[in-house]
Amino acid sequence: MAGRVKEKVAVITGGANGIGASAARLLAAEGAHVILVDLDEESLRKTSAEIGAQASYLVGDITEKATAKAYVAKAQKKFGRLDIALLNAGVEGPYGTISEVPVASFDKVMAVNVRGVWLGLASVMPAMKDTGGSIVITSSIGGLRGRGGWAAYTASKHAVIGLMRSAAMEGAPHRVRVNTVNPAPIHTRMIQSIDKAMGVPADNTGQSSARLARIPLHRYGDPDEVAAMMLFLASDESSYCTGGVYVVDGGVTAT
Amino acid sequence: MTLLAGKVALVTGGGSGLGAAAALSYVREGAAVAVADRNEGNVRAVAEQITSAGGKTIAIVVDVSSEAQVASMVAQVIAEFGRLDCCFNSAGIGTKEVDTLGIPLSKVTADAWNKTIAINLTGVWLSMKHELAAMGPGGAIVNVASIAGLTGVPGAAAYVASKHGVIGLTKSAAVEFSQHGVRVNVICPGYVETPLTAVTLRERGEQLLVRNPMSRFGTPAEIGDLAVWLSTDQASYLNGAVIAADGGHSVV
Repeated sequence: MAGRVKEKVAVITGGANGIGASAARLLAAEGAHVILVDLDEESLRKTSAEIGAQASYLVGDITEKATAKAYVAKAQKKFGRLDIALLNAGVEGPYGTISEVPVASFDKVMAVNVRGVWLGLASVMPAMKDTGGSIVITSSIGGLRGRGGWAAYTASKHAVIGLMRSAAMEGAPHRVRVNTVNPAPIHTRMIQSIDKAMGVPADNTGQSSARLARIPLHRYGDPDEVAAMMLFLASDESSYCTGGVYVVDGGVTAT
Repeated sequence: MTLLAGKVALVTGGGSGLGAAAALSYVREGAAVAVADRNEGNVRAVAEQITSAGGKTIAIVVDVSSEAQVASMVAQVIAEFGRLDCCFNSAGIGTKEVDTLGIPLSKVTADAWNKTIAINLTGVWLSMKHELAAMGPGGAIVNVASIAGLTGVPGAAAYVASKHGVIGLTKSAAVEFSQHGVRVNVICPGYVETPLTAVTLRERGEQLLVRNPMSRFGTPAEIGDLAVWLSTDQASYLNGAVIAADGGHSVV
């Protein structure tokens, strides 16, 4: 593989598992130094070890101001620069209608999915001011459409599109590009939890047939397929892309 | 309520479906209505209905894909009523008329494609072109696209392309016509019970309802009332708006 992000320094929140871990592996394979941020220390250690010398990690709760400051500081201390930030950590929250779900759950989802992104942007953007950079925020097709039972998640994923647009405007004069990726159901813990919570019957591939009916490509995606888009957006190949909403959704939002 | 007292409305495709319902809504709000359609029997019947209800109307036979006929249509409105305030461009055809219902893109004939574009897209462009020339400040144009103008539908390529095009046309017109004080907006109806959707609703209705939050199809009057509202001063700051009237179909 060529060094599509050779010698770049990347921070990846939610980097221990799922899409974040796939992105970390892919960016490292393309030459980047990756700093993984997550709450799950054990998985962080494992993923970091798998990647090898190019990876390091930081255990932290992204809803806290100090965490974003810490991961930016780590990049600057260790490498003297920060080129890429994948603000990817997110939670789905409990399944239930707006009137059923306690407001504390709403607050938690918003804290991780929106406040965590806000805090990330607030620390990352000044750090990229002089050299430019690329920020990719993980939204969702839930940031473009609505479904019953996941209102807090939907609101949070819509919100980060708005945040992205604002950040893209603010970052543009400094060559800091900001975009979202919007995945459809991807084979990770999150969709398994969601399908389980909804009691949707899975077929023998572990996928919900009702969900598959809405996906023109008729399958869930792989984390690597989302990571591929994140790599493109992180690299200089996407140098004219900012303020964009990039679906990786098997065609769901075309229907 | 007579929000359009003293105003004159022109409805293309006014012989049936959405257009016919809108024509009656315009009349209810006090407007004189020119009803235009390519089907003479239908358009005369709607005009009859309006006259019996005490409204002012003329019936015009027009093929909106013909510039000469569109120009003549607008001229007749001015000749009869002396002004033109609101336009509802709803003339359009579906897939059944050109035998492309369920036909994949690679098998659509040039004739079917051209006819769909000519009526659904070119017809809207021609209508707006000639309507604007006859309208003064304070006027409003409402076009009819479809949720098929927002999403893809297999087996309906020409229809989908034409309706996406109507949205683009509307946005351009909204920018241009604002200098003349004319607002332009577009409605994207979902599945509404009209002659155009009859076959689709009969064959796939149950399937379509599964993804409809309101679990029902729309009625022509629901679209007609929205068109009228967009034409009144209540919608005075709406310009270039794309409004889905689909029971929530396009947001899930």
